[in-house]
Amino acid sequence: MNSSQCTDKLDTFTLGPLEAGPACCDPQPAIQVRNLSLLYDGKAALDKVTLDIYQGCITALIGPSGCGKTSFLSAINRLTDLIPGCNVTGKILVHDQDIHHPDTHAQTLRRQVGMVFQKPTPFPLSIRRNLSLPLNEHGITQKTEVASITEHVLRDVGLWDEVHDRLDASALSLSGGQQQRLCIARALALKPQILLMDEPCSALDPLASGIVEDLICRLRGRYTIVIVTHNLAQARRIANYAAFFWVSGRAGQLIEFGRCQHIFESPSHELTAAYINGVRG
Amino acid sequence: MRETMPIHTWQVLRDRIVQFLIYASVLLISAVFIWILADLVRGGFAHLSWEFLTESPRDAGRAGGIASILVSTLLILLVAVLTAVPIAWTTAILLAEFVAVDSAFGKAVRFSLHVLAGVPSIVFGLFGNAFFSVYLGLGFSILSGGLTLACMLLPILASTAEAGLRTVPNAYRMSASALGLTRTAALVHLILPAAAPVLAAGLLLGIGRALAETAALLFTSGYVDRMPDSLLDSGRALALHIFDLSMNVPGGDMPAYASALVLVSLLLCINILAMKFAHGLQRRKIMT
Repeated sequence: MNSSQCTDKLDTFTLGPLEAGPACCDPQPAIQVRNLSLLYDGKAALDKVTLDIYQGCITALIGPSGCGKTSFLSAINRLTDLIPGCNVTGKILVHDQDIHHPDTHAQTLRRQVGMVFQKPTPFPLSIRRNLSLPLNEHGITQKTEVASITEHVLRDVGLWDEVHDRLDASALSLSGGQQQRLCIARALALKPQILLMDEPCSALDPLASGIVEDLICRLRGRYTIVIVTHNLAQARRIANYAAFFWVSGRAGQLIEFGRCQHIFESPSHELTAAYINGVRG
Repeated sequence: MRETMPIHTWQVLRDRIVQFLIYASVLLISAVFIWILADLVRGGFAHLSWEFLTESPRDAGRAGGIASILVSTLLILLVAVLTAVPIAWTTAILLAEFVAVDSAFGKAVRFSLHVLAGVPSIVFGLFGNAFFSVYLGLGFSILSGGLTLACMLLPILASTAEAGLRTVPNAYRMSASALGLTRTAALVHLILPAAAPVLAAGLLLGIGRALAETAALLFTSGYVDRMPDSLLDSGRALALHIFDLSMNVPGGDMPAYASALVLVSLLLCINILAMKFAHGLQRRKIMT
């Protein structure tokens, strides 16, 4: 069995066989974060984080609320640019390219690095337009091409069978779980290499959450996924790597980073152990 | 087990009194509106006819109709709206989309808009007369009247538009950015369409306000009740016509009533439209 092989060989937690792409956990860094600090109005939210995120793997960011996980995520696609008073120092390389280099356009970067938010954020447009608007903006205007990408990504997220006969209905008429899958499809339509997910399941009911979780697992190998989650069981189920953040003083810090199994079963830091076992946090 | 406290009679009484007062004040306000409307209908409906709407006034408005007045009013409105809307809405976009809420610049602009909104219309009239009529040499004309009204409309349009843009959830901006959309694209494809009902409602409110304006036009667009040939002609607005008929023209009561009925009907229609738009915002789910 593919899945057991993957689990045995790579010594990590995986769920089911991979649908496509190379085996997970090929330790090639896709994102290299060096000494990243983040300040809101001069107050530190994240203090000197250094971390490699590996290509094709799912990396879970865990830790208590307010420890800078979401800030860390938004720094990777420079969404922090939109937040007034937010100041980022340090270096982030995405596929060996410095994202703060003057030659790197935020628009181009965000096309490579997709993001899915905690609350589903479909635009108040039709399902079809939700997908075609970003495509059009990135220069893909040919109708047949847009239609084929639309079908492809909707099939990818398992939404095609549910909505193919009402693509012109409002995206807001979908259920919460469907909306979130549409948002994932919208991010995938731009063919990103990296997908950032900020608690994508926390606003969904358990059933929808399970569907989205399965979807994330299916994306493993094809995309590099960084996922923030408060659900430790979920992190344990889906992630290859886990990064544990903790608030020390005022600022969030990276306490421990490693293979998911290692973090959950034999953490090296006592804070991690306490958090995992529910003693603190 | 602890006994629950019984409700005192005075508490019940207080509830009743508060309820009565609320109903009474609503009734009072409605009564005032209905009284005005009934008075206008009683005094002016008999005088209202197709000819009244299609003929120009004769004998200082005692005879004839209000056709030229309606045309002048429309032209003044058109000048005012076409001038004010682009300036006001771009200001609103700047304030809502590009400037932080608590920035000094945003605060200063917002403050000046508030002050502008509170300035009495007669002051706008004097300013318009001094600046447009005299300094720019436009004289008593529809153009200077319209431009003066535009100044009055600016704060109304800008404030409503800014409020409308702020009702658009920030999540749209964030996810648009996360998808690599430029700010302009997000504005054109998402934010402005989402705010459109509020923009439209604000526009209609502004038109209503401009339609009813008298004092600002007194010294700018003038008194002449002939059919205007161009924007540089003087033209009498409807509200001004009513003012003139009732104050300066003996025997002008009937046409004044009829004109007022036309004006109030127009305002009523515009307000109903504005309400429909604002209501549509809450109900609308589909925007394709």
